[in-house]
Amino acid sequence: MTPDAEQTGGIIEVRGLKTQFGDFVVHDGLDLTVREGEILGVVGGSGTGKSVLMRAIIGLKRPSAGEVTVFGQNFYEAGGEARLAIERRWGVLFQGGALFSSLTVAQNVMAPIREHLNVEGDLARDIAALKISMVGLAAEAGAKLPSELSGGMRKRAGLARALALDPELVFLDEPTAGLDPIGAARFDDLIVNLKESLGLTVFMVTHDLDTLHAACDRVAVLAEKRVIACGPLDEVRRADHPWIQEYFAGPRGRAALAAKAS
Amino acid sequence: MADSPAYFDIDLDNGVLKLNAGGDWRARFLKAIDSRLRDFADDSVGRDLIIDMSKVEYLDTAGAMVLQRTFHACEQRSAASKFVGANEAQRSLLEQVEHHLAPCFVAPSRPNAFVAMLDRLGAGVSEAYFVAIAILSFIGEILVAIPRVLTRPARVRWTSTFHHMEEAGVDAMPIVGLMSFLIGAVIAFMGAKILQLFNAEILTVQLVGISVLREFGVLLAAILIAGRSGSAFTAQIGSMKIREEIDALRVLGLDPIEVLVLPRVFALVIMLPVLAFMSSMLGIIGGLIVAWTAMDIPPALFVSQFEEAIAMSNFWVGLIKAPFFAFVIAVIGCFQGMEVEGSAESLGQRTTLSVVQSLFLVILIDAFFAMFFLEIDF
Repeated sequence: MTPDAEQTGGIIEVRGLKTQFGDFVVHDGLDLTVREGEILGVVGGSGTGKSVLMRAIIGLKRPSAGEVTVFGQNFYEAGGEARLAIERRWGVLFQGGALFSSLTVAQNVMAPIREHLNVEGDLARDIAALKISMVGLAAEAGAKLPSELSGGMRKRAGLARALALDPELVFLDEPTAGLDPIGAARFDDLIVNLKESLGLTVFMVTHDLDTLHAACDRVAVLAEKRVIACGPLDEVRRADHPWIQEYFAGPRGRAALAAKAS
Repeated sequence: MADSPAYFDIDLDNGVLKLNAGGDWRARFLKAIDSRLRDFADDSVGRDLIIDMSKVEYLDTAGAMVLQRTFHACEQRSAASKFVGANEAQRSLLEQVEHHLAPCFVAPSRPNAFVAMLDRLGAGVSEAYFVAIAILSFIGEILVAIPRVLTRPARVRWTSTFHHMEEAGVDAMPIVGLMSFLIGAVIAFMGAKILQLFNAEILTVQLVGISVLREFGVLLAAILIAGRSGSAFTAQIGSMKIREEIDALRVLGLDPIEVLVLPRVFALVIMLPVLAFMSSMLGIIGGLIVAWTAMDIPPALFVSQFEEAIAMSNFWVGLIKAPFFAFVIAVIGCFQGMEVEGSAESLGQRTTLSVVQSLFLVILIDAFFAMFFLEIDF
């Protein structure tokens, strides 16, 4: 199974990506396609550059070689207006939620609505309330500051902000890390549910085997500075690579599989 | 049909209100119609409503939300109220948002401004009281730890102490020296201007000597160290607190006071007198150079006048204050570091507080010393 270089027309296209910090090369010749309407899970060991890959795609880490296109446009070559237009079409949930600490949850969700849509007042409030409710937070949570929230609530609030502009594409960086298993399972359901009802495409960096089983349509495995396998979970699991075998056939991998089967 | 922003019109069909929506019902186009929709909903509470979606080209969750909001505000919950003309995707969006229409709280409710002011005043006063107690108990802990450590010198963290002596003391020398030199020069200039009026330029020597030795030398050193090292202590200990390193020390059976606080206290108590001494000397040299270049008082005359007119007590008055200032700065710096909780925001607040409080206390103590020495005529 090769990384799907033969396919084109994905919502995200990464070709020959090379990223590095100083002399340290994180990715070299990485190819990846994310198709419209799917949930793609990106897995890999610690330090294989999963988050760096996400940052390279969303324009926070300029690649030293290769090409990244999102919605058919190269973000790094796009000018101010075009960039803004791309940024409006995606939402990003960072690992810790990355909520603005001086704003309440509702104000956090209203921030992009206010900035990008120029919508203020009652309408902005109603849209924020809708998003907050959709991610499963209680109405009272809207008035809370991020410091008053638990980790799971913070991630939900971050997701509400990521969804504020009705994005077509959502990036999630370890959405279930640090959540208890119940909270993590609910988050998986939430993502699948939102994807189906809103037609989202989801790019998800994760460690969580249960999430891969529960939510992801396809899985991309990062190792050796590139994507070594990409496809539906059942295919990827059978790939002949030591890391993949250890990852999926290890005790946690088997447990997640058993949980899926039952 | 060309794209057009969201629009709607109302008509009455056999006594049933009918809202014909059309155009692009996505968030960015809703602003123009939102208030009209609200007015319509307010006027039509309790009526049957049919919403015709057949001309809606685009719909997102926000658009679905405002339609549902209007629908629910009006509808009478009879079969006559319904959505018509929605396609598959729109129908699913409408269903998706239907259960999420409840308004949410945006900001915590605030009491009125006067009550809030009283509240803050009260909180400030009680906070000052508890902080004073907490600092006293922290000082108590340190005072108990000092003899415990000094009786067994092996328990003193020498490496750490020397490290802080270098960082807080030696590394601060250039900046402290430069500042004192400049202040000494400025005092000489100011004094000379006025003393010239009385033909008493030579008294510039006394002015510079006494003010620098008694006050400015040590005070400048203390102020700089409070800003430079006191804040650093807070930041260092505070970030250890955030990363739970302090708790780790405790469960390993190590006393944070011994490991973290005492080396810093010792380092400052030893180094601030050294800095104060250097600072005084450079201040006097600054005065001497100004006296020489601007007032033609040769260095030899300056020195002999200095010997004659300035008692040794002035020097001791300045120097004796240094360890007290050092103790206060180190204690406040470490105390505020220990008080850091959770977030980086708290670290920033505590660092600011540390500098403000230690400067305040340094100047307060200085004032007490001034009164004390005045009383005993030293």
